[in-house]
Amino acid sequence: MQKRPSWQVVLLWAIPLAFLAVFFYQPLVAIFRLVFSERFRQGWQLFRWTQVSKPLGFTLYQATLSTLLTLILGLPAAWLFARFQFKGRKILRTMTIIPFILPTVVVATAFNTLLGSRGWLNLGLMSLFDLSSPPLRVLNSMGAILLAHVFYNTSIIIRMVGSSLARLNQNLPAAAQSLGASPWKAFKEVTLPLLMPSILSATLMVFLFDFTSFGVVLMLGGPQFSTLEVEIYNQAMSRFNLPVAGLLSIIQLIFTLLLSALINRTNQPRYGKAAIASERSGLRKAKNAWEKAFVIFMIVTLLLLMVTPVLSLVTRSFFTFEAARGERGELQTGFTLRYYRELFFNREGSLFYVPPIAAIRNSISYASITMLLATVLGLLAAYAIHYSGASGRFLEPLFMLPLGASSVTLGLGFLIVFGSSLLTQGRFQALIPIAHALVALPLVTRTILPALRGIPENLRLAAKNMGANPLRVFREVDLPILFRAIAVSLLFSFTISLGEFGASSFLSNVAMPTIPVAIYRYISQPGALNYGQALAMSSLLMLVCVLGSLLIEHLRLPGEEMF
Amino acid sequence: MALLLVACTPKSPADPQAPQEPSVLNVMTHDSFDITAELMTRFETDNNVKVNIIKGGDTGSALNRLILTSTTGAQEADVFYGLDNTFLSRALENDIFEPYNAPALAKIDARFKLDPKNGALPVDYGDVCINYDKAWFADKGLDLPDSLEALIDPAYKGLLAVENPSTSSPGLAFMMATIAHFGEEGWLDWWQQLKANEVAITSDWETAYYTNFSGSSGKGPQPMVVSYASSPAAELIYAEVELEESPTASIVADDACWRQIEFAGILKGTKQRAMAEKFIDFLLSKDFQEDVPMQMFVFPVLPEAQLPEGFVKGSQIPEKPASLDPALIAEKRDAWVEQWVELMLGN
Repeated sequence: MQKRPSWQVVLLWAIPLAFLAVFFYQPLVAIFRLVFSERFRQGWQLFRWTQVSKPLGFTLYQATLSTLLTLILGLPAAWLFARFQFKGRKILRTMTIIPFILPTVVVATAFNTLLGSRGWLNLGLMSLFDLSSPPLRVLNSMGAILLAHVFYNTSIIIRMVGSSLARLNQNLPAAAQSLGASPWKAFKEVTLPLLMPSILSATLMVFLFDFTSFGVVLMLGGPQFSTLEVEIYNQAMSRFNLPVAGLLSIIQLIFTLLLSALINRTNQPRYGKAAIASERSGLRKAKNAWEKAFVIFMIVTLLLLMVTPVLSLVTRSFFTFEAARGERGELQTGFTLRYYRELFFNREGSLFYVPPIAAIRNSISYASITMLLATVLGLLAAYAIHYSGASGRFLEPLFMLPLGASSVTLGLGFLIVFGSSLLTQGRFQALIPIAHALVALPLVTRTILPALRGIPENLRLAAKNMGANPLRVFREVDLPILFRAIAVSLLFSFTISLGEFGASSFLSNVAMPTIPVAIYRYISQPGALNYGQALAMSSLLMLVCVLGSLLIEHLRLPGEEMF
Repeated sequence: MALLLVACTPKSPADPQAPQEPSVLNVMTHDSFDITAELMTRFETDNNVKVNIIKGGDTGSALNRLILTSTTGAQEADVFYGLDNTFLSRALENDIFEPYNAPALAKIDARFKLDPKNGALPVDYGDVCINYDKAWFADKGLDLPDSLEALIDPAYKGLLAVENPSTSSPGLAFMMATIAHFGEEGWLDWWQQLKANEVAITSDWETAYYTNFSGSSGKGPQPMVVSYASSPAAELIYAEVELEESPTASIVADDACWRQIEFAGILKGTKQRAMAEKFIDFLLSKDFQEDVPMQMFVFPVLPEAQLPEGFVKGSQIPEKPASLDPALIAEKRDAWVEQWVELMLGN
């Protein structure tokens, strides 16, 4: 491993670690000290170990299955976008990020319009085969949980693996083939090992997101399923059994740590550095029948799984089924802008009315701050880990831990540590981008690290020998190679913040309500207009997400077009 | 120095009484809290105060936050509004309120006053009832269930959606109604039979109402759902086109509904006692009491408050809502929820 003067490495560690110490470890320690204190001891009275083992078992089971399914869809999809040029490639790729930002309650209604017992799919099958009852029961089942996890997390694989696929020097497998290796052998012996670090990184991320899943399990799976995260919420918030909630939180953290360490051990970079291609390695059209079939199959699958639920939501926000409600049988439907117009209208003069423009502005401000904060900290953390060699490998899981902290636990910790000083001044919302950055940081670090590990040190040395200072070396050598990974990091941290609801709701949402907060405000009230406005707000959220990600994915280094 | 600064500010003329910086009153409440903006502004200017609303999740979560932060001295609020009778006992056990004998209490019906010390003062009430899809029942020519007992009739197999009482407050309220009606011996039997009759269970109200209930815009599979007696009024008020009548209604049979009473109280250790009293008085004033129906779809406790016409049109008030002794709720709530979860979800 490369060595740097140790004080520089210490400095690299200092900033991200200080951030975590203040905003993550401090509140966590505070809340654990409180919940395990004498005062709440009566919580242990009814405690049984099955309260831990049952949710833990189910959590591991569903996360493993979900991750496998996500890989099955995500890896070929990453290959599709990184290798093949086809019509609508860009827009399809952008669409795949949308699920990432959608609030679960909205996804539940989207799935319902598609897969519910009166959804299009069941209605279609019923009329096709002349059935009297809906043949498919997807909702409120294990299937719904798996489907939703694939829906949510496939974009992680597409982006994280895709960015290293694009960096991969295609001459290498080509050389192997010209030396007589079969395409399969060239893939297995050359391409796959080169991709392995980012595949493992992406797998870990997906697994951890599934592992700590809350809304999907609660709303789509239904109350018969309970993960650790759901059980923590249950114990802390509805039963007010704080020590048991604390114990479950600690177990969730330990597993996060173990998993990160395990992936780290298997993730030894054992490849040469020559694997780096210059940016933007070639996309090409599908050549033979096999490739064409692959491209078409993947496009259709992605459209079905990831795009239709989204489109059905958007469509529904422009259509009314209302006119004939109450006289079933003759549903009159029609195009309407009513839901959108109504958004601009504070009917009851409510104090908590959220003007859509303000919600969009607030969401974008939080997301931009989160994006910069998480990417800068993640870059520093990745460099620190990279230059610390074996000890860096050892410390890396510390940066993964925020993904394993349940939002209830961390939220309560925030309240205890920062509550009295910030709340009284009404400035609690300053913590929102910080909370979002905590979630994004592991993903950013994990995205940048494989790219960073792939930079040949001799390039840096050469630049140095020619008299470039460290900043110049970074700009001329590291940045162009890291650029794609940085863009992916920006995209992820932006979208994480855009869709996040838990922390925002915990940290008092009244002063600067975001789009998800506004969606929730509508959907928590009965009435057709409220429902329609929730869908309209969701469509606006998607629009912001699409525009934001198009902008980020179009970022280019100055001068890059010259190549 | 201060005088100098004031003198330099162009906007303040020779006013002998420079306006005082408004004080801040922190009010913890649940996510459904709402109020007409103008009304709040009036209270703020009249009393030279800034009311900082903190929405702490649902009722249970908001209460737990308060109890937790009060133990560390990181007290979050001066007033708590939105505590209901299913959680009242937890608040009283943890002794979070300072008593306040508000003048308006004299006018309020005794059945709403559940805290003899007047730490928790009643502000509004509403009923959790089963809503049904009128068109669905008319279409099928099926009679409505006229009691809780009727719901276990096979004719209603798979037609009702309820929320898990451990994660949803209407779910908890409905469970309480069944305990009140069937008694501690009989209620679990009834639920057992309801389970056999394929009741649908969701974690939260949003899913039950918009994903499961056929009478909502979500057009789900079940024509009956546990919601509020005021939901049909909301369907009318928030309809897309003006409707003659609400597409839904409530089953208001005896004991089939649970009355939720919401309380407000001054939190122990507040440094704003005087302002907190003013805020409680404001909550019990005619202006605020007449504001709650349209903003939160609940009924005011003050007899002199007039109900808006649109609200009256869609609302039904059960004659005999179920109720339980608060002391009994305090003692048994957690155990009941545990038993329910054990039976209905089998874990």
